[in-house]
Amino acid sequence: MWVYVGRRLLLAIPTLLGASVIVFAMVHLAPGDPIAAVMPAESSAAEIEATKRAYGFDRPLPVQYLVWLQRVAQGDLGRSIATRRPVILDVRDALANSLVLALSSSLLAFVVGIALGLLSAFRQGRLLDKLCAALAVIGVSVPHYWAGIILIIVFSVQLNWLPAMGAADDPGLLPFLRHIALPTVALALIPLGVITRVVRSAALDILNQEFVTALRAKGLAARRVFVHVLKNSAPQILTVLGLQFGFQLGGSVLVESVFSWPGTGYLLNLAIFQRDIPVLQGVILVLATFFVLLNLAVDLLQTLIDPRIARH
Amino acid sequence: MAPLAGVESAIDAVAAVPAAPMSYWRTVGWRLGRDRTTLAAGGGLLVIVLAALLAPWLAPYDPSAGSIRLRLAWPGTPGHWLGTDEQGRDMLSRLLWGGRMTLVAGLTPVLVAFVVGSALGIAAGFVGRTTSTLIMRTMDIFYAFPSVLLAIAISGALGPGLANTLISLSIVFIPRVVRVAESATVQVKGLEYIAAARVSGAGMGAIVRHHLLANVLGPILVFASTQVSLSIILAAGLSFLGLGVTPPAAEWGLMLNTLRQSIYVNALVPALPGLAIFATSMAFNLLSDGLRDAMEVRG
Repeated sequence: MWVYVGRRLLLAIPTLLGASVIVFAMVHLAPGDPIAAVMPAESSAAEIEATKRAYGFDRPLPVQYLVWLQRVAQGDLGRSIATRRPVILDVRDALANSLVLALSSSLLAFVVGIALGLLSAFRQGRLLDKLCAALAVIGVSVPHYWAGIILIIVFSVQLNWLPAMGAADDPGLLPFLRHIALPTVALALIPLGVITRVVRSAALDILNQEFVTALRAKGLAARRVFVHVLKNSAPQILTVLGLQFGFQLGGSVLVESVFSWPGTGYLLNLAIFQRDIPVLQGVILVLATFFVLLNLAVDLLQTLIDPRIARH
Repeated sequence: MAPLAGVESAIDAVAAVPAAPMSYWRTVGWRLGRDRTTLAAGGGLLVIVLAALLAPWLAPYDPSAGSIRLRLAWPGTPGHWLGTDEQGRDMLSRLLWGGRMTLVAGLTPVLVAFVVGSALGIAAGFVGRTTSTLIMRTMDIFYAFPSVLLAIAISGALGPGLANTLISLSIVFIPRVVRVAESATVQVKGLEYIAAARVSGAGMGAIVRHHLLANVLGPILVFASTQVSLSIILAAGLSFLGLGVTPPAAEWGLMLNTLRQSIYVNALVPALPGLAIFATSMAFNLLSDGLRDAMEVRG
């Protein structure tokens, strides 16, 4: 078990290093000069050179990478070219907002998805099962950015019940909930569909096993059988939940842009259009690190629940 | 009467089973033919694809010709029965033309990923050892990024344009196909008939060509088909962010982006491009579900 945990931890290191290479390389794929784009038009060639040297853009790429990596490892993501603020501050604030949104939408998707999936499995082939299946297909097929716009049209423009954009400025729970409601629903649609499907199939797999028949045969109440099924399908469900949470965090770019939610996606979008390379790198690197660690945590948690996994 | 009805449905069930054993692909076709949801999805998809292909002949107007006097006309307006957009361009014509762009931008990356990913995955699975480690560990790195983030990050770095969208989405889907192809190959490679072929002196190329491909490509194809709807949503999403197809071309995601500002004036027209993306992605999803069931591929 501990050998497995150790090996899994060690395997995360090359993945993270690989991810950092991709993030670094990504930026150098970009056409155009990031420095020239933000310098005032009247600045001289010498001034541009000086700024380039200040940001380290004049050195060979492998050196730039190592210097960058060393600073990143110390938590220094550089300064934004556009605002001159340390990137880590911008990313931190944005990450907090994105986390809140990812948590709320994951919670909604998990609760509803697990409920629908279990309901489907226990009513296999009935009308309810078919309704849930239809809902799940809609969930995984709908472009969530469009769903966000439809929610705005209905609840903000037509009914005027909820605000169309931004996070709450006023303190208090009610303004907060009113602002986060629509983005939460829009972002929850895809994981809702995925989770419903996975939970249904995981529960059905367990339901068809002999031990469930045995439990039923010995006269165990349906409620107790349900507990057994849930416990046995937990590892599989857990993996999907972990992955989906990660997707929520990294995948919220489009929804954040629709609702002007001040999260990482919004920041990333801004950085892309201002060609603010340090911010672009910072956001992607932080999100990727978060995603890798999350996957790691899910793996380890899974092993804790079902020790058989470590032996494979 | 009641017991008789039971007998009759049993007879129907027996009659529905084909008499002689059929070949695998005929069985798949037979199953698909009896699956009404999949047939409907396939029919819907056919209509969407044909409409996009025939856009030059079907579209009543030039998709980029607007009229200041007729901006944001509601659906049902005579002459423009799906309304007009914020520049007074005919929505029906733009949706037809836009479908071409969205379908090309959504289907090409999966096709590229299918070819490249199968090749890499089969190589990794069949050769094993260092080749496998090298390919699979490289692919693992791409799994460090959630797919949407990866697509947006690469597109963001490369800049807007259809070509860049295709590149970034192909990079998103290749690692996924490689994983599926590798695991399918490893599984088939361990089967006895492959060992028999090897013992009887067949070379590596011959084994892959004659014995492996036919059994591995099925599952990979089914997997690739499940990715099409995501690819379409992402392709349109990139244009929606301003990172994909550039104006004035008609593309569903881009149309959604420019019409977003107009929801306070006309609530119906801005919803149409998204509805088109939704319908297309749903049709692909239902079709791939049906295909997976008919081909009895798990996963």
